Amino acid sequence: MEFLRDTWILFLRLVRATARMPVFIILSIAQPILWVAMFGALFRSVVQIPGFGATSYVQFLAPGVAIMTALFGAAHSGMGMLVDIERGVLDRLLATPAARGSIIAARLLNSGVQVFLQAGLIIGVAMLLGAEAKGGLLGILLVMLSASLLGAAVAAFSNAVALLARRQETVIAVMNFVILPATFTSTMLMSANLMPAWVQRAANVNPVNWAIVAARDGFEGGSPHELATRLALLAAFALVCGLFATGSFGRYRRAM
Amino acid sequence: MTSADSVAPSAKEIPRASDVLAIEARDLKKTYSGGVEALRGISFSVRAGEVFGLLGPNGAGKSTAVKILTTLSEPTGGSGSVFGFDVVREAREVRRRIGCVAQASGVDFAATGRENLELQGRLFRIPAPELKSRVDELLDLFALTDAAHRPSRTYSGGMKRRLDVAMGLVHRPEVLFLDEPTTGLDPESRTVLWREVRRLAAGGLTLLLTTHYLEEADQLADRLAIVDKGQIVAEGTPDGLKAQLAGDRISLQLVESAKSGEARTLLGGLAGVKGVLADAGRGDRVYAHVIDGARELPTVLGALERAGIAVAGVALTRPSLDDVYLNATGHAYQES
Repeated sequence: MEFLRDTWILFLRLVRATARMPVFIILSIAQPILWVAMFGALFRSVVQIPGFGATSYVQFLAPGVAIMTALFGAAHSGMGMLVDIERGVLDRLLATPAARGSIIAARLLNSGVQVFLQAGLIIGVAMLLGAEAKGGLLGILLVMLSASLLGAAVAAFSNAVALLARRQETVIAVMNFVILPATFTSTMLMSANLMPAWVQRAANVNPVNWAIVAARDGFEGGSPHELATRLALLAAFALVCGLFATGSFGRYRRAM
Repeated sequence: MTSADSVAPSAKEIPRASDVLAIEARDLKKTYSGGVEALRGISFSVRAGEVFGLLGPNGAGKSTAVKILTTLSEPTGGSGSVFGFDVVREAREVRRRIGCVAQASGVDFAATGRENLELQGRLFRIPAPELKSRVDELLDLFALTDAAHRPSRTYSGGMKRRLDVAMGLVHRPEVLFLDEPTTGLDPESRTVLWREVRRLAAGGLTLLLTTHYLEEADQLADRLAIVDKGQIVAEGTPDGLKAQLAGDRISLQLVESAKSGEARTLLGGLAGVKGVLADAGRGDRVYAHVIDGARELPTVLGALERAGIAVAGVALTRPSLDDVYLNATGHAYQES
């Protein structure tokens, strides 16, 4: 209970800070819309490649961009932690009776909620551009949930790196190193049918792809069995990342 | 109810400078993983209601001691307790009772002054209606009411520091740790903060203060320990420490720095001179610690003149904490 309460209190602090950055909010809304519109136009004709397996690229793209936004947005979560460390805010929080885990959990919740809303927005825009939610409202919620799980996992990873490295440059370098390969070994932009075999194998073990497949299955109203498997894998991945972050946090505290 | 009472309600329960031990450090050691020995075993105790100062240069280990006693860091040896609660094993109990004002601020720049105080209060489980009035009270006390709704990034250095102290007090702690509270503040803000610290102390709050300003320790602390290279080298009341150095100081400025060594040897041999000190930072300065300044001054100057050591300036002063410090850390002091 104490943990949930403290997580909520610290989460509200992060939400309030975000709410005070109008430029950040506007860009967080505009960027995914731009991606749907841009990629949608750029790759419009790839659906005509034999074997692609989809009829409308926006239909194919929307869940992918929702996950991509989660991946890119949550990657910076660790930077906020570094600012808190530098300002002394983290030490101040640690000197209160607040549950230790809530300090990390609040950041993961913040990223999870942020990308949840962004994913919903992206699906909304895609539907305006002609995409169809064949999985219904539940399908849309599944897209948002997949984005949330991946967002929380990536935020946990980013915080872990921040706590271990304690340098912004390192966090940026590590996250950039991870993000692009994770994007391109997934079915975000390209159908699995058209991938070289080794990329397919990489995609099978890529958590970003688990999230994309789960989101797409939800949006398309696909097999609930496979969807559940992917979500379970994704949840397990988020848990591992969460443990990594908690472990790094413990290490940071012991190094003080 | 006076404002001092409202800040430290525990004043009624704990008599000033009572026999109750508020803070106890027993042979605290801290060696960082890189092998740096920040603390080499320091012990001290602070009674409830006392203002205790840890005085020492940067890197002496003061902040490390504070981090251990405020549960942020674990010692590699020894133990610490706050009101009998072990800082490692009973960290939660300790955290409930202490307020911390760390060296690195701790103000969330994105939040307003009021929000910073409210967050702190919520994490200490202060019920909402009580928190509201407590925050109002602290804003008023620290002259932050007008700025309460502004993001704290817009605050001046002095305002941020006052907010820091106020945040440390939201939950009415029994002990307040102040780590280098006036470092980086302009003289006016420092004076304001000193006044606040005195007011808190008068209200009965136990304070542990670290500083590298001799004057600050002298002005604020009931008792102090001088920390050097991770060890306590002297402990006592500021007056008591100064009394140990009974006598006067003759400060000499030589025309030629090169003659400093010669002058020290010469003065060290004089009967009325208890000690001679060189200043590592300024080669032309030599200090002589004498029993009776008025009587020894002509002797000292005469001896220098006969030896052909020209003097550019001379001053006679009562011993200050400065002398205590240099004497205690002992780097350059030559016992005669």
